[in-house]
Amino acid sequence: MIAATYAYIVTNFPFLWQGLVVTLQVSALVVAFSLAGGLALGVAIVYGPRILYWPIRAYSDVIRSIPLLVLIFFVYYGLPALQVQISAFWAAVLALSLFKTGHVIETVRGAIGSIPPGQNEAGKAIGLGFGQRLVYVIFPQALRRFLPPWLNAVTDTVKGSALVSLLGVVDLMQSIQQVIGRTYEPLPMYLYGAAIYFVINYTLSSLSRALEARFAYIRE
Amino acid sequence: MAASPLVRARGVVKRFGKNTVLDGVDLDVAKGEVVVIIGASGSGKTTLLRCINLLETYDEGSITVDGTEIGFRDGAGGGRRRRSERELAPIRADIGMVFQHFNLFPHLTAAQNVMLGLTKVRGMAKAEARKLAEQWLSRVGLAEKFESLPSQLSGGQQQRVGIARAVAMGPKVLLLDEITSALDPELVGEVLSVVQQLAREGMTMIVVTHEMTFARDVGSRVVFMDGGRIAAQGSPNDVLVNPTQERLKSFLARIEFRQH
Repeated sequence: MIAATYAYIVTNFPFLWQGLVVTLQVSALVVAFSLAGGLALGVAIVYGPRILYWPIRAYSDVIRSIPLLVLIFFVYYGLPALQVQISAFWAAVLALSLFKTGHVIETVRGAIGSIPPGQNEAGKAIGLGFGQRLVYVIFPQALRRFLPPWLNAVTDTVKGSALVSLLGVVDLMQSIQQVIGRTYEPLPMYLYGAAIYFVINYTLSSLSRALEARFAYIRE
Repeated sequence: MAASPLVRARGVVKRFGKNTVLDGVDLDVAKGEVVVIIGASGSGKTTLLRCINLLETYDEGSITVDGTEIGFRDGAGGGRRRRSERELAPIRADIGMVFQHFNLFPHLTAAQNVMLGLTKVRGMAKAEARKLAEQWLSRVGLAEKFESLPSQLSGGQQQRVGIARAVAMGPKVLLLDEITSALDPELVGEVLSVVQQLAREGMTMIVVTHEMTFARDVGSRVVFMDGGRIAAQGSPNDVLVNPTQERLKSFLARIEFRQH
């Protein structure tokens, strides 16, 4: 059986490889969009005017309370009803990004919120502007608290991206499903898929631990 | 006869909700003067200091430093509008502040703490900023500590870095907010002697403190605040040694009691 499975994987390798590439593409796009969105909204919720606080709070709370799968279906089937045409790939990326942004907002809020207010005041007192205080004073200190939960969220994104297979996007998960459909060998193929997800995510969490150690010297 | 004061506060009112913390404060500080503000906690002394570089906004009145109104600018319709962050940054760069809890940047070395404002606000080249930072750190007795992180320094050393960071910017006036109250008693002296040195060199300072001996030794004037107002002021001798006002007498009695 092992030899046979090995043969399936080899013959189907280009197809499975393409699936892995799509999984990585979806993950990378989602990580980038949610980081940009979450950083901007997270900073706004801490330092922004009162008018911004409640909409962001509401967005974050609502989005984090909805199952990801519901959100994916909502975007994919819901947007066309609003006359917005969007491919399965981009619907998946959009839904995952909206979801992850909610989490990044909270991570940013927690990380920035942990910096004592005196740091911001010290930055003001030497004449640093708002952006300069963020870049030179707040972010370098918040990074230590931001990285571990954020890298955790990145591995979650890679795992969560498997849900896009339900929209018919041929990612790693979907390509495995399709090989199984042709070969009727579910167990070895799922093991193969699990192994690949494991390698990606274990690498990320090892990186996370290394970075944590790297920034441990920053103390208040 | 004298030139207009470097710092001038007129009718400054500050409220936190229904609580009026500053209730019409008038204060003039001449160039080179060291004004020491004393008073019980809650008297408004720290709030007044924080209003001078607008870490706290004030609701009414006016504070000018070297002729520039700190909290407001003239609005289009003749009224006045609160200054934006963008307008405040260069104003604050000319007003130094040293904090009770030092507030050093923990991710930067002593030298980098001093250099940050010089490079990013003053636009100095790194090498030039480095030289100035080392000069100031040496002057506060930290020539061996350029590369130390704040967490590797004692409280007294951290506070001296805090002073170097503020004075390296070349401020017009230096605000000192209870800079020795978070220090162990044996470390107070090393910080105060740095301030004393600055006073001798003519740095204009406004000092909030509980150290009465220090107030007497370096203050050109002592101001007693009570209930958000200036209740008494005069030479250190008049205010601290021969007080006439009842509230001031009882405040000093309590302080004296604690010090022995």
